[in-house]
Amino acid sequence: MWKIYLDTFKNCNMCFPPQVEQVKLLDRFSNKSVIGTLHLTATHLIFVESNSTSAQEIWILHHHIASVEKLSLTTSGCPLLIQCRNFRLVHFVIPRERDCHDIYSSLLRLLRPVSYDELYAFSYNPKQNDQQREEGWQLIDLAAEFERMGVPCDQWQLTDVNREYKVCETYPRDLYVPITASKPIIVGSSKFRSKGRFPVLTYFYQEKKAAVCRCSQPLSGFSARCLEDEHMLQAISKSNHNSRYIYVMDTRPKLNALANRAAGKGYENEDNYSNIRFQFVGIENIHVMRGSLQKLLEVVGTRSLSMTDYLVGLENSGWLRHIKAIMDAAIFLAKAVTVEGASVLVHCSDGWDRTAQVCALGSLLMDPYYRTIKGFMVLIEKDWISFGHKFADRCDQLDPDPKEVSPIFTQFLECVWQLTEQFPQAFEFSEWFLIQIHEHVHSCQFGNFLGNSQRQREVLQLKERTYSLWAHLLSEKQNYLNPVYSPSFAESHPVLEPSTQACHFKFWRNMYHQYDRSMHPRQSILKQVLTFKESNRELEGTVQALKTKLQKFGVSTSPLKPQTPPRDRSLPLRPQSLILGAPLLSRKEVQQEEDEEVFGEEAREDAPASTDGERTVEGSSATENGYGELTGSFGSKNEPAVVTLEFGVARMTC
Amino acid sequence: MEFAELIKTPRVDGVVLHRPFMPTVEGTLCLTGHHLILSSRQDNTEELWLLHANIDSIEKRFVGSLGTIIVKCKDLRVIQLDIPGMEECLNIASSIEALSTLDSVSLMYPFFYRPLFEVIEDGWQLFVPEEAFKDLESMTDEWRLSEVNKDFSVCPSYPSLLTVPKDIDDESLCKAASFRHGGRFPVLSYYHKKNGMVMMRAAQPLTGTNGRRCKEDEKLINATLCAGKRGYIIDTRTIAVAQQAKARGGGFEQEANYPQWRRIHKAIERSNVLQESLIKLVESCNDQSHSMDRWLSKLEASNWQSNVKEILTTACLAAQCIDREGASVLVHGTEGTDSTLQVTSLAQIILDPSCRTIRGFEALIEREWLQAGHPFQQRCAQSAYSNGKPRSEAPVFLLFLDCVWQILRQFPCSFQFNENFLIMLFEHTYASQFSTFLGNSVAERVKLLLSQKTVSLWSWVNRPQELERFLNPLYEPNNLVIWPSVAPQSLQLWEGVFLRWNRSTKCLDEAYQEMVHIIEYNKELQNKVNSLRRQLAQLETEDSPLQTP
Repeated sequence: MWKIYLDTFKNCNMCFPPQVEQVKLLDRFSNKSVIGTLHLTATHLIFVESNSTSAQEIWILHHHIASVEKLSLTTSGCPLLIQCRNFRLVHFVIPRERDCHDIYSSLLRLLRPVSYDELYAFSYNPKQNDQQREEGWQLIDLAAEFERMGVPCDQWQLTDVNREYKVCETYPRDLYVPITASKPIIVGSSKFRSKGRFPVLTYFYQEKKAAVCRCSQPLSGFSARCLEDEHMLQAISKSNHNSRYIYVMDTRPKLNALANRAAGKGYENEDNYSNIRFQFVGIENIHVMRGSLQKLLEVVGTRSLSMTDYLVGLENSGWLRHIKAIMDAAIFLAKAVTVEGASVLVHCSDGWDRTAQVCALGSLLMDPYYRTIKGFMVLIEKDWISFGHKFADRCDQLDPDPKEVSPIFTQFLECVWQLTEQFPQAFEFSEWFLIQIHEHVHSCQFGNFLGNSQRQREVLQLKERTYSLWAHLLSEKQNYLNPVYSPSFAESHPVLEPSTQACHFKFWRNMYHQYDRSMHPRQSILKQVLTFKESNRELEGTVQALKTKLQKFGVSTSPLKPQTPPRDRSLPLRPQSLILGAPLLSRKEVQQEEDEEVFGEEAREDAPASTDGERTVEGSSATENGYGELTGSFGSKNEPAVVTLEFGVARMTC
Repeated sequence: MEFAELIKTPRVDGVVLHRPFMPTVEGTLCLTGHHLILSSRQDNTEELWLLHANIDSIEKRFVGSLGTIIVKCKDLRVIQLDIPGMEECLNIASSIEALSTLDSVSLMYPFFYRPLFEVIEDGWQLFVPEEAFKDLESMTDEWRLSEVNKDFSVCPSYPSLLTVPKDIDDESLCKAASFRHGGRFPVLSYYHKKNGMVMMRAAQPLTGTNGRRCKEDEKLINATLCAGKRGYIIDTRTIAVAQQAKARGGGFEQEANYPQWRRIHKAIERSNVLQESLIKLVESCNDQSHSMDRWLSKLEASNWQSNVKEILTTACLAAQCIDREGASVLVHGTEGTDSTLQVTSLAQIILDPSCRTIRGFEALIEREWLQAGHPFQQRCAQSAYSNGKPRSEAPVFLLFLDCVWQILRQFPCSFQFNENFLIMLFEHTYASQFSTFLGNSVAERVKLLLSQKTVSLWSWVNRPQELERFLNPLYEPNNLVIWPSVAPQSLQLWEGVFLRWNRSTKCLDEAYQEMVHIIEYNKELQNKVNSLRRQLAQLETEDSPLQTP
């Protein structure tokens, strides 16, 4: 398959070695290594293992590469360390330094595209015609989404004030505001808000007529005020008859908000706004989050990590603390809306990072629709893409400013994952879906996440020139289904009330170690139950077919028992989380991943002949795990077998 | 002694029971010799039956004349009883205290318990050493069953029958026993069928400071090596600890005297350290107000997860020596009754698929823990809430179960039992109506006449109606050696035990039930398809002669 890509590469005028042989790929955590050939194409770096029997291939999209590092020369060659945004880390050793340098400099050039046109999405062609592509883009319709929420209604209307992106260029064209908010109020308010991001509706809780609105910080400085902005908030408040006040959630720590005042920004003064309840919730800024993830990855990337270093490192990184802060804020939001029936206005500084996290997660807690596959796509499309989360900057797509990069969206996905762990039946999708979305946010293979705002996407003509990720994901929906999902759970739990005790937050191993196979459970419950579910579907078909045949013989058959669990039985206690299992890798890699399975020799001998591929104990081997301490040898050269030791992994040599 | 003497107030009305994640219940509190019972006389309301033996400690509080007793149980549950009347409350509290700390074994509930079910298969007869030896005999003739300890005089903590190398006579065994701590000379723990390698266990050798040696001991363990082969001695203590042991008469095998063996030291903590670790862990799990940082730092400070990792790593190492290096292994620590057993039993779960079945796992516990002389009664006298001075309590067996759970999580389709089975075992080691975990050794159990007077846990568990909830629906037998990952990212806090009472498990239980349902429905459909196919085939054969005359 890589040959196809090599052809594309030939058309491209760059001077790097198209392939380098005898390259060693070192395993990150054990001391295993494989020899293979490295190919460089216009879009991918490909490693093909030489061993013909198990020939694994690793495809790394250039866009996924976060950094390339040339380490100092060793006796076996020149090491090249490649770190990817999807948390893959590969360590090559290239025999000749010149080759290494060539690859290194070629990669540096390739992974710094200077214009959007160079992104993979503009050359990616999944063999679809224009009509299919268009249909893909039409899958998600935000106007229909607001209609689903019950908007426009007697209190909320669509405004055309931003039709030409004149009031706010980072907002979408279609915005929903209170009926009583006139254009002058909107325009006035927008002038009093950072980047013109005035308060607009993002979610409407029909049951209580309570609204979730979002905006950016007010330009209040130490004493400035703006009557239009005050009117705007009042209009939001008045549109909800259930509550006399609205909450204004400033998602920043108080100190940050205070500091902003010196720059002429800041937060709402409760004295100036009637009937608001102002609240700080203390989510840290993008720089803290970037640093936190970096620390986390450093810790979990350590070889032979001790439990103490792991837990101390987890604590020091602050990662789970930040995740909990976002979750706490979302729960606050959901409670205010669903319990008190109050409307809430959420903002941070610019209103596109923390605000997006809290609004999206809060809506997901309140509305079961967002916990379905389609609904989750809508949610991302609405609160992240259309409202201008700066994907291009945060995910480092183009012309990178390292200070703009931050794992804000990753944190949102992780919060959702933490929820799936607490409510295994609430979500139509499994964690594979979340991981796959994460993969493509960084892959630049589809148009959805390119650029920083809706306006920019229109200029780039993404809908005409690229494909939509959602269509692609829906086409392989069966891979992302949660087998124990229960639609009736949504009826009994329309609002999720997760526990936010610290001990209920876990490290998301399947995300941050998605390519480190030795870390994962060797058998996946998720995969197994999905297989059963699939088999049930097939068997139901078979039963029907057989019955039809039997009827031809004039035999009447009893109808199939309906598939409802016998609820009257008392529930047995539940053994552990159901969401286990190695993540699904991108399509290309599924096959090679299977080839990659390394069975211990003995394990293979012992494997019963009937074992089917899906259900064997995957890749479990003693040497992979390095239990340590078999150091030294007997010291006798006459021994037929001598135990030699390499980083704690015992090997027999003769 | 009569229990009635200890029960100052046998019943109080108007008591309110608070349990986490359950509605409060108001009712009558009754104390019996072995139970604390709270019953609301309404129908459909659950009653509370709590064994006094399950009570780890209690706390009293008073607000006016309303007394409150906080009962902390050995299974880590904490419940609260509001008792009207100060005197009643004080009486109840002191009665519970007295009844839950009875010293005499023969007053324990198992001696009074009469099963409400018919014992079909007597658990006491299930796992006898003779049977296990028969299996071994079918694979190798290198071993014999020795009766040298038949009156428990050679080693009081060993059973009466022991598997030893065929060429070593009883006299040598006695000499080797005198060279090992507590008389625990090296005996067979596991025979690896695939390559004939063995795992043995013992206690530390009594080399002392002047480097005593014992020819019989050397001969005994060398007899387990094939010609020209070498073996590994896994000492579960660090070299420093092992050195210190010399001063107290203990020690380790000197290279000079055991040239065919290579010694590896690991660092599994001793029992008193483990107890402290458990107390700290449970304390931090129960404090719901922790910030994230405090929780993680408390979890780390408890060292529990480190202990799990260390034990699991050592077991994997032992298994690796046997399976990958093709070498025999001798495991010991100090007494050979704690860390040694953790390692030998976990290594067998990794190596031997039969230990991953319910019966096989029970046999393993019987062989490697009960008969091997793990002092259950001492170790499980108190749990995480004991505020008295610790004696010899330690969660050694709980750590073993935790490690099994870690492997189960990594190989969820390789075990016939599920997490509930492990939790059930944890509960019964601390308080039970069955006597399986009473006593500290086979000798003590024989003396107590347990098999005549009491019911075995296995007699109850193995009944089909009980087994049902312990079966893992995902189980598919495989004959593989299963190597778990011991990276800290792969090991998790055992929520099913440590966070069990701190969260509502309803959502998780229902999800599990749904999974069971999917799998059961699959079986049902398969049967349906098969029967329809048969029916169809029958009709077709009946029809065919008519159609083709």
